[in-house]
Amino acid sequence: MKGIITVVGQDKVGIIAEVCTFLSKNNINILDISQSITGGYFHMMMIVDMESSNAVFHQVAAELDKVGEKLGVQIRLQSEDIFQAMHRI
Amino acid sequence: MVNFHEVIETNRMIQEANLDVRTITMGISLLDCAHSDYKVFHQKVYDKITRLAQNLIATGDEIGNRFGIPIVNKRISITPAAICASACDDPHFPELAKTLDRAAKEVGVNFIGGFSALVQNGMTKKDQMLIESLPEALSTTERVCASVNVGTSRSGINMDAVRLLGEKIKELSERTGDQDSIGCAKLVVFCNAPDDNPFMAGAFHGVGETDAVINVGVSGPGVVKTALQSVRGQNFEVLCETIKKTAFKITRVGQLVAQEASKQLNVPFGIIDLSLAPTPAIGDSIAEIFQEMGLECAGAPGTTAALAMLNDQVKKGGLMASSFVGGLSGAFIPVSEDHGMIEAAEAGLLTLEKLEAMTCVCSVGLDMIAVPGDTPATTISGIIADEMAIGMINSKTTAVRLIPVYGKGVGEKAEFGGLLGYAPIMPVNPASCHDFIMRGGRIPAPVHSYKN
Repeated sequence: MKGIITVVGQDKVGIIAEVCTFLSKNNINILDISQSITGGYFHMMMIVDMESSNAVFHQVAAELDKVGEKLGVQIRLQSEDIFQAMHRI
Repeated sequence: MVNFHEVIETNRMIQEANLDVRTITMGISLLDCAHSDYKVFHQKVYDKITRLAQNLIATGDEIGNRFGIPIVNKRISITPAAICASACDDPHFPELAKTLDRAAKEVGVNFIGGFSALVQNGMTKKDQMLIESLPEALSTTERVCASVNVGTSRSGINMDAVRLLGEKIKELSERTGDQDSIGCAKLVVFCNAPDDNPFMAGAFHGVGETDAVINVGVSGPGVVKTALQSVRGQNFEVLCETIKKTAFKITRVGQLVAQEASKQLNVPFGIIDLSLAPTPAIGDSIAEIFQEMGLECAGAPGTTAALAMLNDQVKKGGLMASSFVGGLSGAFIPVSEDHGMIEAAEAGLLTLEKLEAMTCVCSVGLDMIAVPGDTPATTISGIIADEMAIGMINSKTTAVRLIPVYGKGVGEKAEFGGLLGYAPIMPVNPASCHDFIMRGGRIPAPVHSYKN
């Protein structure tokens, strides 16, 4: 199953590093990363493959939330399906 | 693969424009619960509901978390209670309502709909008993919603039932007078009621439906309004295209959630209801869409045209996004649940008569409208009859959810709280329709219903 991780917040050193370390620990593979910084605001989207991860989806989402809290940014994990459904016929 | 902008667009809809799935409603047939002993009947009803819906809340929450979209309500609709109760000599309807209330509490749903009767051609003894029991049943329960279908385009209007309901609404108003007559917010009078409506208070599980079904109601007035901000000042063609595209996207989310819920609960998917349902929250209002279209407020000249266009474009966009569309499917205009409507009504710019005109072109009817507590029962019946006639002649669903607020008058307001909001009490035409309502009998079906 593919997940979409979005990170939004004030830019600072180490956001990507922290998120990637967390994903690596949970055996979640990153398929694609895009990011932009507008007006000091950091926006990042990752497409990740969760097939080989042992952790349950909602647990990963809850833990990412905590990582976000530590970094002072908002991190969301959502199933890719909602975006596919909305934007692809 | 999805791209950055698409992800941001979807998440903005959810976070900034209040996009949500308004309800996952499980329809449950109770026909197989019929039993001549009312105690056995009630127990079978309780057991079936709590068995089939035991995982409804957990499943809804899990899906909401996975997709990152709020699923606001999880609800249950049942076969019209008057039909299921046919086998009992005395079904003890008030007690049945309490049983349904307990079942709803047990599984954790906030409303259960279907304490209903279909009486368009006439009332059976059980239909009459159910209607007579409404004031007690709805004032002694919290989560039970009732509806009565009094007319169809095929059958005409049962004016005896219309008269009786006017009286029962008044009684219910008095019984729940200490809470601004909130009991009346749980009773809907219908013409052409749909069998698969997931929205309360009018939801019931039609007799032509399968044993259990998942129906989903999407929403998103805020998303439509936000989309329209980007086409400010442009012509109607652009306006309509924007609404259609937005409705498509909203509906696709509903379809996804419905299919997922159906799979996880192992209950067939029924329909998506394409309604735009407002809440009292700022930015989640149909009236704000009118303002964005260029009207000063809901009720201004042009409102009926704006609503007709909105309703039609939502359907056109939504139809392709779902494999099965049903329910009410259109824009809701409940006064107390839409802050823009409340403000317009408070300023005297949105009247009962204008709302009635608006119901000719949208999905529901006179919804969540507070009127003075001393409005005569026959006047309430007259308002119901007018609304039913609109539905009957135009072959569409219409409904009435009027709240005569006990002990209050024009200039005061009724507070319902939560999603039901608050409503200014609107003036009612004081001319009498007493003699008309007291005639009794039925209004025959219109000529265009004879299609065979």
